[in-house]
Amino acid sequence: MEPFVRLTAVAVPLMRDNIDTDIIIPSREMKTVGKTGLCDGLFAGWRYTQIGGREPRPDFALNRPEYAGAGILIGGDNIGCGSSREHAVWALKEYGFRAVIAPSFNPIFFNNCVRNGVAPVVLARETVEALAAQVQADPARARPTVDLERGLVIAPDGSHIPFQIAEEHRVALLHGLDAIDLTLRHRDEIEAFWARDRQARPWVYL
Amino acid sequence: MSRAASRHSSPRSLFDKIWAQHLIRRTPGQADLVAIDRLFLHERTGGVALKGLAAAGRPVADPARVFCTMDHIVDTRPGRGDATVMPGGEAFIIETRREARAAGLTVFDIGDPRQGIVHVLSPELGLALPGLTVVCPDSHTCTQGAVGALAWGIGSTEAEHAMATGALRVMRPKSMRVWIEGRLPEGATAKDLALTLLARFGSAGGQGHAVEYAGPAVEALEIEARLTLCNMATEFAAFAAVIAPDQRTFDYLHGRPYAPDGAAWDAALTHWRDLRSDDGAAFDREIVLDAAEVSPSISWGVSPQQSMAVDGRIPPAPTGDGAEIHGRALRYMGLEAGERLEGLPIDAAFIGSCTNSRISDLRRAAALLRGRRVAPGVRAICVPGSGAVKAQAEAEGLDRIFLEAGFEWREPGCSMCFFAGGESFGPRQRVVSSTNRNFESRQGPETRTHITSPEVVAASAVAGAIADPRRMGG
Ligand code: SF4
Repeated sequence: MEPFVRLTAVAVPLMRDNIDTDIIIPSREMKTVGKTGLCDGLFAGWRYTQIGGREPRPDFALNRPEYAGAGILIGGDNIGCGSSREHAVWALKEYGFRAVIAPSFNPIFFNNCVRNGVAPVVLARETVEALAAQVQADPARARPTVDLERGLVIAPDGSHIPFQIAEEHRVALLHGLDAIDLTLRHRDEIEAFWARDRQARPWVYL
Repeated sequence: MSRAASRHSSPRSLFDKIWAQHLIRRTPGQADLVAIDRLFLHERTGGVALKGLAAAGRPVADPARVFCTMDHIVDTRPGRGDATVMPGGEAFIIETRREARAAGLTVFDIGDPRQGIVHVLSPELGLALPGLTVVCPDSHTCTQGAVGALAWGIGSTEAEHAMATGALRVMRPKSMRVWIEGRLPEGATAKDLALTLLARFGSAGGQGHAVEYAGPAVEALEIEARLTLCNMATEFAAFAAVIAPDQRTFDYLHGRPYAPDGAAWDAALTHWRDLRSDDGAAFDREIVLDAAEVSPSISWGVSPQQSMAVDGRIPPAPTGDGAEIHGRALRYMGLEAGERLEGLPIDAAFIGSCTNSRISDLRRAAALLRGRRVAPGVRAICVPGSGAVKAQAEAEGLDRIFLEAGFEWREPGCSMCFFAGGESFGPRQRVVSSTNRNFESRQGPETRTHITSPEVVAASAVAGAIADPRRMGG
């Protein structure tokens, strides 16, 4: 997985609460059994004039030239709620988003971000709104920075906003660690657990 | 570890007990490494995980505890095969089947009498059991907590992780108890309880918490009703929902195909009887609801929290930030604040989904439909949640009641609970639905979904308009 250390990029504010994964990628846009080929379907319902069509809706942020090359998504509360589909994160990443800033995340979506090298950044609601306002004033130039190493968002006005993220997630993102490899290092402990647990709860093991 | 010493001295919650039982490794500042007892996959999100795993050359650690069903994309019309109305949908079914078989998993395939919606078939087969950790790349996995399992939804990459290692790295969630006092009034169901909780505490009300539903009103619920209640915990943004197993749970599970039997059953039972929150157990949050305040409910907007009593009026817009959200929801639904929903004409009625497609749901709906007919112009569909539910319903003659009333009677699956890209109710069609999500376009582009109980769906189908089942009479 590609490490995430620090990113300065155009940010797209979509300041709605409860942006669910079906909005991020509608089910009908998940066309193959794979993790790629999804970015055209990203926000399809908002981005195109017609269901299944590809004619851009000119007023939607992703279609506006000042948001070209966007790398940071700014959203409202409970972002990524609804279906657990990881395709939402795969589509965001394929489009170019490497960080999502919001007041709160759906827990499954949050984990999916971390597992795919997309930094989920939780900031207070007022801070997110202020950041969105700064970006909207001049989207192409007002580029925030997400500095995961220092645990900071640097707003376009230069202010430093610290954020919290669990060490586990920070380290995984910084080093692009594959969680399966990490866990397999503890293979012996897992097997020892099973050996004990088989005695304690034999009915679990089919 | 000092935890071991304090284990029996301080009261623990049900969640604490299950977590401790599965904790393989704890490192400060890191996620806990937690053993996973059951993993479920379906063709929507499971196939991609299986392919990812195979591509990385990683075997499944214990295939005997991984199960795969076809529910999301599979057609539900009679006589179905692999072909499905979703463009390209067949590939999901074929590839998932191929990968699952190659990995040595049990597949509840099309034509298998056990096939069905994952969260319906799991408790029914005795796969979800008290105290087990259960995961599936599906957000409604929390449903299965109703039998006392700790069950939560994950992403596809996490599913690969669970298959490859038999464990997951999870940040320990906070805990929350939702205490439900009193008794549900006559005519109110677990679905109404779930909608009332959402309306009262909001769709982020349980955010990130492992929720325990408890209290006299929960104890009084049958297992299938508990499954309905736990199902909508994901709409509450909870990590998981769990209900302490009790005699009802044990009676429900006894004799199920994958449940232990004989001496193993007795051993399990001894263990399961300890699976409840000790008196004085601490929770990070506690909320209380009086079941007596619950009445038949229905959603008016595009989020499950936008729900109300079926005989009430749509609430006025709140002041401040919420006003815009409120207004947008009403515009989408073609409604106005202050309006009544009762009497509002509908285009379609749907009974199905992992929320309300079990035998008790179908029995209650059929009791209202017996000898009646769906109003002209209303498209009505009933989709049993699993092969077992369908077979039981047919043995009781419920299929005849649905068919004679004018409902379609279908094969098990998720069907029109969500729009996969194929079948849809159509733009601006008003649907009363026993499902769990009323998001914009959830049941098809621009479809207007009202989520509610199977009773309200049945009553409305007959009336041709949203109706209160309490007014239907015998
Ligand atoms: S029935 Fe609906 S909510 Fe349940 S698993 Fe299927 S698509 Fe998801």
